[in-house]
Parts: sequence; structure tokens; C-alpha cells
Amino acid sequence: MAFLELQNVSKCYGIGVKRVEVLHDLNLKIAEGEFVAIVGYSGAGKTTLMSLIAGLQRPDTGSVTLRGEEVKEPSPDRAIVFQNYSLLPWLSVYENIALAVDTIFPDWPQAKRRAHIEKFIAMVNLTPAREKKPRELSGGMRQRVSVARALAMNPRILLLDEPLSALDALTRATLQDEIERIWESDRKTVVLITNDVDEGILLADRIIPLSAGPRATLGPEVKVDIERPRNRKELNHDPRFKAIRKEVISYLLGTGSRAKSSLTRKLILPDIEPEDLNIPRSMTGWRNTPIRKGEMKEESVEVKS
Amino acid sequence: MSALIQTCENVGLNWFVPFLRLLRGESPNEQFRQILLDIGVPVVAMLIFLGAWSWVAGHVKVSFGSVPGPAAVWAQAEIMWDGYRADRASEAEFYVKQVAKKKEFLAKTPAGEWHEHKYSGAPTYIDQIFTSLKTVFAGFLIGSLIAVPLGILCGLSKVINNAMNPFIQLFKPVSPLAWLPIVMIMVSALYNPKDPMFEKSFISSAFTVALCSLWPALINTSLGVAQIDNDYLNVARVLKLGWWKKITKIVIPSALPLIFTGLRLSLGVGWMVLIAAEMLAQNPGLGKFVWDMFQNGSSDTLAQIMVAVFTIGIIGFALDRIMMILQRAVSFDNATIR
Repeated sequence: MAFLELQNVSKCYGIGVKRVEVLHDLNLKIAEGEFVAIVGYSGAGKTTLMSLIAGLQRPDTGSVTLRGEEVKEPSPDRAIVFQNYSLLPWLSVYENIALAVDTIFPDWPQAKRRAHIEKFIAMVNLTPAREKKPRELSGGMRQRVSVARALAMNPRILLLDEPLSALDALTRATLQDEIERIWESDRKTVVLITNDVDEGILLADRIIPLSAGPRATLGPEVKVDIERPRNRKELNHDPRFKAIRKEVISYLLGTGSRAKSSLTRKLILPDIEPEDLNIPRSMTGWRNTPIRKGEMKEESVEVKS
Repeated sequence: MSALIQTCENVGLNWFVPFLRLLRGESPNEQFRQILLDIGVPVVAMLIFLGAWSWVAGHVKVSFGSVPGPAAVWAQAEIMWDGYRADRASEAEFYVKQVAKKKEFLAKTPAGEWHEHKYSGAPTYIDQIFTSLKTVFAGFLIGSLIAVPLGILCGLSKVINNAMNPFIQLFKPVSPLAWLPIVMIMVSALYNPKDPMFEKSFISSAFTVALCSLWPALINTSLGVAQIDNDYLNVARVLKLGWWKKITKIVIPSALPLIFTGLRLSLGVGWMVLIAAEMLAQNPGLGKFVWDMFQNGSSDTLAQIMVAVFTIGIIGFALDRIMMILQRAVSFDNATIR
């Protein structure tokens, strides 16, 4: 049995004719201790996928299971590092982590909790900044606090949602090294979502491309069988690196690419459709009748070039 | 030095900043221009205002004499201050005399029982100012204690918000003069202790202030809570924070800047409403003072009322400044508040 498993997961947003299927029929198995990277276009639904794994949202069909148990709500078991850090701006570095630790381990004695917090602040090299507020920190430092907070929860699985995409290239490289170092010492199960193929190859055991949305789905996985620790400079010349990179990118640009172009034409249809009386309507909102086809004046047609 | 400049900006002493910068030797020309703009312009405007006032005062006659000019009003203010000082002096004298009398009485009849007397002079203008401040803070406190928790509930729940919305829309525009009779009747009916700690007029005024001033705090609190960044709420969900902890650790801190914006507006409305409420409820504060002066119609009436107008304005300004400083102190995303 896989540690984390997604079965036929799909997720839609919107209602009526505006309903869009963001994720379509996702299947994924992750073993314990594995580092998996999911690489895809921005806007493909990567964050939605992460919310489903975290339990912040429920899939419309299919299931997400962790050790055979269905994920129904968020839990500190699945710690998530958000793209925009989501640190509480009125709390210092220490207090941000302390809020998580105090909430999750209320039974620990004070001294143990303190030591635990300090340990993770030290792990991300932020001990000198421990009393600072998030706004006094740079983007990279904020993201480190966010990583430390997630790790301090002692999660079974760590979810990284484009953790480095808001950072400059240099900070990004430093933090990539740091994530790898922490993972090496800890061997937690990690799911990394990123739009950077190189980042995936540098860090992950396995890369799974996510095709462009809407109806994004997971492509064929690519194993990264490059021994660790991986050196960024040498990696660039490694033929295996180039092969993996080519494979992922060719999927993303080929089968998994977005429609090349689309054209819109005006449609005026006779308004002859009956209302669907099965759709529940609210007592207050006057505009809750189903939108009729006749009111839809546009249609998009995709054209393959 | 830059810390001092920062502090000045934080407490709203922006006009003082150029002087500090000048002391630090920062481009004098620019600083002088800034001083001219920050201080020169208001001073000139003030002089024009005083000039216009003096002119009007000299040309308009009213039923009980002439309209007092700035000088007359200033003189009146001095008279009122002297009156206050004289009253304090006679109060002190009264107590000194009482001690002497007590000694004399006990010397004559050692077994007799001595009753202490309280000084019973009419309230002075300064006393009236303090009564007004006490009343407005009592009303503001009552209003805030209702508005902030209710606002948090409104912000958290669409259902409660929709339930409250008609009442907010309906009662927000109601004038204090309409509330006051209702409040007075209710207070007369419900508040009848044998040994009253507060005057009925005080309670009526305070509740009227509360009823009129709670709306801005309520609306801003619910807005602040409804606008909380979804990420913060996600943090609460991942950590599985309980309801109460979510409120105290996430909701209130992140809504605090807007809560304080609301409280600042509320206190402003409360102070404005208070004067009208005091006039009608006869609460011995500034409102009653204005009303009494209007009723007795002496030749000093207008000057006295004008002194009261300036007092009300200055205190209102001071209250607003205090709230602004508090508002800045709780804002984590900083000094954009004017």
C-alpha cells in the first residue's frame, strides 16, 4: 500500500455553464520517505492539487488517502509551506513557530517546546533573527521561517507549494541547497510543486509533469536516478540530467501543452431551453435561476495549428 | 535622531519633523520650504480667520449686545479659568474651616457626633469638561463592548451578517435626539436603586452616546474580520486551532487595524453626539453648560458659548489624535494612516 495515494481525483470550480474542470482524473502513489516533484505550467491547478492533498479542499470525485485513511480535513500531519509564506505578520519568527508547536504539542513541558522551537529556528539558520517580525525579513528568510514552522509540526508528509518561485535566483539556489540538506538529514516524505524543471531534478527522486489546464492531468513519471548529494554545477553537464530535462519538457510542450490558439465567435441561439427544476435555488438571491443557453453569447473554439 | 523623527511621524507631529531634519543638517532649503508649508500656511489661514471674525464681530448686533471678537472670547476664557481657580481656593478654605469647626465642636461637647460636610459649590467649567469626558468614555466603552464582539461574529458568519444588516442600516442614521427620550424613559423605568452610584442623566447620556457611536466600530470590525487573508485562516485550519484560539490568535490580531479605525470613528461620533445628549438630558457637562448659557442670556453668553465651542473642538481633536496613535501602534503593516 502506498503511503500517499490519489485515485481518480478530479476537481471543478464554478457552476452551470461556467463550470470548469481544473484537475481531471489524477492518479498518484508516493512511497514513504520519497521526494516527489510535480512540475507544471502556472495556472494549471498545481495549488489546487496541493490543497487537495493538504485537505484544505475536497476532490469532486476520487479520493486522497494517507496510509489508507481518507484525507477529509487539514491536519498538522500534512504540513504545508505556502507559496506566499502565510506567516502571521503580527508575530515574530519565534512566535510564529511557537504558535504551531504550542497548538500541536500542548502536552509537552514548556522547556521541551522551547528547545524544539529553537532547534528548528537554528536548522534554517535564523537564530539571529528570531525576534524579528516577518516584514523585517527578506523573502528568502520568510520562506525559511515558513519551512521551519512546517518541519516543527513533525509532519508525516511535507507539502511544498512553489516555495521558491517568489524568490530571486541566488536566494533560490541557496534555499534549494538548504531544502536538500534538511531532507537528507530527516528523510521525510516530501511533495514539491514547482514550475522549474531544474529545481525538480536537483531535489526530487521522481518528477511527474502536470499538463496544462483546464482538465490538467498527471503525465508519465520520470525517475531521477542521479546519486546524491547532487551538485548544481556538475549537474548541468550530466547527460542524465539533460535526458530527464528533455523528457519532462517534451511532455509539457507536446501532449501536455496548452491549446495553441483559440477563436471566439458570437452565437445567438433561440431561447427555447426549459429550466432545470432540480437545481436548488436560494430564497434570497433573485438571480439563481439556471443560466439558459440563449443567454450565452460566446463560444470558444480551439484550433490546432 | 532618525528614531526621534520616526516617533514624531508616528504620533502625528509631522510639522516638527523639518526642524529635526534641519538640526541634522539636511538640505536647509527644502526644510525651510517644508516648514513654510506645514506651519506658515496654517498660521496665515488662522490669522485670516481671526481677522474675518473680528470684522463680523464689529458689524453685527444681536439682542443682548454685540458679537464678541477673538479678544473678548479670550478674555472670557481667562475669566472662566480665574473662576475655576477661585472656586478651588474657596473649596480649600471651606475644608480648612471645617477642620477648625470640628475641633471647636469636639472641645465643647466631647460625646457629640460630628457630621462631615462636603463642599457644595456649583460645578466649575473644568468640572463640566471632566464630566463630559467621563460620559463620553462610558458611552464609548458600552458601545465598543457591544460593537466589537458583534462585529467579529458578523465578519465570521454570513448568516449573522445578513441577520444584522437590516438593523445596522435602519438604526445607523438615527439622530441622538431621537434616541434620547427613549433612553431616558427606559432608564427611569429600569434604574431606580436606593443609593444611586450614577446620576440618571449620566446614564441616559452615556447610553445615547453608545447607541449612536457603536455603528462605525461594528461595521469596520465586521469588514476587518471578513477581509482576513485566506492564508491565515488556512494556517488555522492546518494547525486545527479551536474556535476560541482561532478568534484570539488569528482573527482579532489581523482585524485589529480596522477595529481601531472603527473605534476611532466611533469615538469621534460619540463626542459629537454627547453635546446634544447632555443638553437634553441635563447631564452636568459641556452640553448642559452651553444650554444654560443660552438660557440665561447675559451679555457674556455668546463669548461663553464660543469658549465652549473651542473647548469641544480641541478635546475632539485630542481624542482623535490619541486614537490615531493607538491605531498606528496596532497596525502591523504600517504608517499609511493619517
